Amino acid sequence: MLPEAVAQDPIAISIEQLAPGAIVEASAAADGPVLGIARGEIVSVCRVLKDTAGFERLSAITAVDWWPREPRFEVIYFIHSLRHNARVRLRVRLAEGQEVESVCSAWRGANWYEREVFDLFGITFRNHPNLERIMMPADWEGYPLRKDYPVHGYKYSYQDE
Amino acid sequence: MIEGKSRVASLDAEHELNVEEPSGIQPPVEQAGTGRRMTLNMGPQHPSTHGVLRVVLELDGETIIKARPEIGYLHTGIEKEFEVKKYQQGVTLTDRVDYLASLSNNLCYALAVEKLLGLEIPPKAQWMRVLLCELTRVASHLVWLGTHAMDVGAMTVYFYTFREREEILKIFEMFSGQRMMTSYIRIGGLALEPPRGWEEVVAKVIGRLHTGIDEYQGLLASNPIWVNRTKGIGMLPPEVMMELGVTGPMLRAAGVKMDARKEYPHTSYEKFDFEIPTRQENDVYARFEVRMDEMRQSVRIVKQALEGMPSGAWQADAPHVVLPDREKMKTQMESLIYHFKIVTEGFRVPEGSVYQVVESPRGELAYYVVSNGTANPHRVFMRTPSFGNLQSLGAMLEGILLSDAIPVMASMDFVLGDTDR
Repeated sequence: MLPEAVAQDPIAISIEQLAPGAIVEASAAADGPVLGIARGEIVSVCRVLKDTAGFERLSAITAVDWWPREPRFEVIYFIHSLRHNARVRLRVRLAEGQEVESVCSAWRGANWYEREVFDLFGITFRNHPNLERIMMPADWEGYPLRKDYPVHGYKYSYQDE
Repeated sequence: MIEGKSRVASLDAEHELNVEEPSGIQPPVEQAGTGRRMTLNMGPQHPSTHGVLRVVLELDGETIIKARPEIGYLHTGIEKEFEVKKYQQGVTLTDRVDYLASLSNNLCYALAVEKLLGLEIPPKAQWMRVLLCELTRVASHLVWLGTHAMDVGAMTVYFYTFREREEILKIFEMFSGQRMMTSYIRIGGLALEPPRGWEEVVAKVIGRLHTGIDEYQGLLASNPIWVNRTKGIGMLPPEVMMELGVTGPMLRAAGVKMDARKEYPHTSYEKFDFEIPTRQENDVYARFEVRMDEMRQSVRIVKQALEGMPSGAWQADAPHVVLPDREKMKTQMESLIYHFKIVTEGFRVPEGSVYQVVESPRGELAYYVVSNGTANPHRVFMRTPSFGNLQSLGAMLEGILLSDAIPVMASMDFVLGDTDR
């Protein structure tokens, strides 16, 4: 059953037909609906969007940390259809330590975006081709964009490492 | 001197030639594909990587077999900084993300926050924003042209384009007091009132640019060395590029007509008459032509903005967001209180999130602003075009010569501040 807010939305309806039960919640944002997807269904929803609904492009993937609220993380996928000129936002809620499947099988361009989320938030993506740090140095400890990570880091100077 | 064994293609597969022993056989001429594999580091310090980009290349002679770009050398944690600043303080952070197109980033952030606040921007402010963003596009493309030509070897172009850009920077200085990181587009409108006499200055620069763009294109397009070096390289199928996250002039040179100015109407772009230039050949030369045409279209937009500039307020009517006029602040109590509150506590933005898309000179730029009801943003994510474009570098550099890789990288027009934030 589709949530109230997107019961009439054509994109949500087509997702529901091909991946039933994937949409667990929906809300309205300032520029369109946000579809909350169940954690295990994200790849099937993305495949549906890419292959059937004509969403050829993944615009970006990012995460938001709502600490100390639970579930802590939200991974947001911004998807764009050029031929329909439509955009869709998907949201997956995760607790700390939970993994989510990588959508690199749907769009290869998810690669660096998921690496960035892993690097800065510590969210692991299963089946990612090369999940390693991208912004921070390879031997960095900690996940800087988390809310419990201090803004200016733990050390004053890294010069004498 | 080559040490150890080396496989020579003219001999039988089983015979390995040990070069330390003289064998009397003439060594064949080295051809691409028969040399030895070498891993070369095109390190973060390199004049042609346009910033601190590291590309680890696996070479077979002069041919690149695999290229792995590594970024993160300019990562300064701007997204984290946003979370401890007030919304209006964040505008200066956005300038420095893409330092060659600072007004585009300002615009994207301001539009996103204005959407969350529900502010309505008066037409004069919107038209001024369009005018300045198009001037930024011209300035950014002039830098791209100068550095691209310099990478390929044509150093004269650099001087001409930077001289043109100097005039545009003088315009920015006239408006905001700053040449590059202007922060002129603020939440609620513009930072300062447009200065007296700005129309004449902009009209003169536009007139000069009109002929200048044709001259610079003529300098390069009629040069057989340029044409030979840039035609036929750097091609990836447009579907692959779109999947990898490429946007902007690179996609348009592959025939995909994608431009956020037409698809996602914002700040009165729908009132202007302009075209989206595309090409079909998808090589470095096509990207050069697309960007030159984009400069011409930008000049066309600026001309229309000059002619049709509406009059009126240049800031929204929202006293709790927009700083009051200086003189009013010094004489009226309410304005003083507003000024004090805005500067010290900031304004609270209602809870919500927005993904605002604009067209930066490099491609699709988007800001995802999440607000939690306080005066500090909860999360600001910048979907920067250079990050997506650079993701395709590995695929684009496969199989081409090292000396072709330099024009390909230059045609991508990435900025490392944009990539790493």
